[in-house]
Amino acid sequence: MRTINADLIRETVAKLCIKANRELPSDVLEAIKRAEVTEPWPEAKRILGLLSENVALANDKCLPICQDTGMACVFVELGQDVHIEGDFETAVNDGVRLGYEEGLLRKSVVGDPLRRVNTGDNTPALISLHLVPGDKIRISVMPKGFGSENMSALKMLKPSDGVEGVKRFVLDTVTAAGANPCPPIVVGVGIGGSFDKSANLAKKALLRPLDERNADEYYAELEVELLAAINASGIGPQGFGGRTTALALAIETMPTHVAGLPVAVNISCHATRRAVAEL
Amino acid sequence: MEHIINVPADLEKLKELRAGDGVLLSGTVYTARDAAHKRICEAMDAGQELPFELCGSAVYYVGPTPAPDSCAIGAAGPTTSGRMDAYSPRLLDAGLKIMIGKGERNEAVKAAIVRNGAVYLAAIGGAGALMAASIESAELVCWEDLGCEAVRRLTVRNMPLTVAIDSLGRDLYETGPEAYLRSEDNNGLR
Repeated sequence: MRTINADLIRETVAKLCIKANRELPSDVLEAIKRAEVTEPWPEAKRILGLLSENVALANDKCLPICQDTGMACVFVELGQDVHIEGDFETAVNDGVRLGYEEGLLRKSVVGDPLRRVNTGDNTPALISLHLVPGDKIRISVMPKGFGSENMSALKMLKPSDGVEGVKRFVLDTVTAAGANPCPPIVVGVGIGGSFDKSANLAKKALLRPLDERNADEYYAELEVELLAAINASGIGPQGFGGRTTALALAIETMPTHVAGLPVAVNISCHATRRAVAEL
Repeated sequence: MEHIINVPADLEKLKELRAGDGVLLSGTVYTARDAAHKRICEAMDAGQELPFELCGSAVYYVGPTPAPDSCAIGAAGPTTSGRMDAYSPRLLDAGLKIMIGKGERNEAVKAAIVRNGAVYLAAIGGAGALMAASIESAELVCWEDLGCEAVRRLTVRNMPLTVAIDSLGRDLYETGPEAYLRSEDNNGLR
């Protein structure tokens, strides 16, 4: 049994919040730069260039890449041989509070969905906790903006809808989203499980490095096919037209009921931010 | 085509702008997003004086991050304009001339743009640091309790924007993708 103090979790979460908001992961930046080279439409090419420039400028000036520094989605893989000294959830929320204050990040959370008073410190975090073998803790912070979150959707398809139904729903969701989620987007698709699990899968899919395909050949091919279909839509960067509507698409799946085919599509913007640390 | 526009001096020039044109905007711009729009409309309902002169003004849909000591403002890219659609026709009819944001607008907003000779300009969504670079100063006007949603008066210089909906109602979010797809067809790429 290894003991990890909650203070270390707090400090780590704070640092990850700041890092994630100021530095775009290299795989996302590379994807934007690659798209700038292959994009045939001049206006789209120009915008992709500006997106890279924005990332460099944020680095230089220690500014967030985007003013929507999001809700802090915190994914924790907790080794079952770890004993946490102190309160875990408090430590994560204290880390978010500290990071968003010290990093001059925007406080974008209201404490109640209808009465809408800002909590003033960007808490609470949205915590996903998974117990895994080992004596380490792996923490991923994904600040999720709501321009893209708002364009996400979930549908309980019928088994008879099959893969064609899934494709149609993904394309319909992306097309309906249009310019709103700040294309070029990253698309996370969750298939299977239940109503809630499919949404979790879609969010988890957004954590995957953009150049990594599903380990299952069948779904890897479906990812490639869907990405090509999205990029034939013409929406383009910022919705002004062009080939580069999406940078990547990832599918995550799990077993489901004989009567169901849940599908969730979680959309993320070109500033798909994440930072990871292992304790 | 690229236009240099000063607000409020160049309001007459807005009619020359066409969807897809570039604009370098300088002058005074007010920030307002969801919560501020709600309060502006509530103030209009109550017949109260508005916190700034709406007539002839430009509004930017932005909730910036807190400013570091070295900058006038933090990251300051646009938020999704569609959430303001419920309020915009009323503001346009009251004299608002320029809206700055990102994403599509509904038919009621387009009709109000045409009716009032206004214009909707798009900033680059998600480019918070880039957009901040053209903002020279930011001062609080009112509703500090709204935090990042408070109304601020910005002085901007050469803010890089694109005409998304012009005063004739032409919409780049429709014409842009259509033009691209036509070119792909012409090149035999589709």
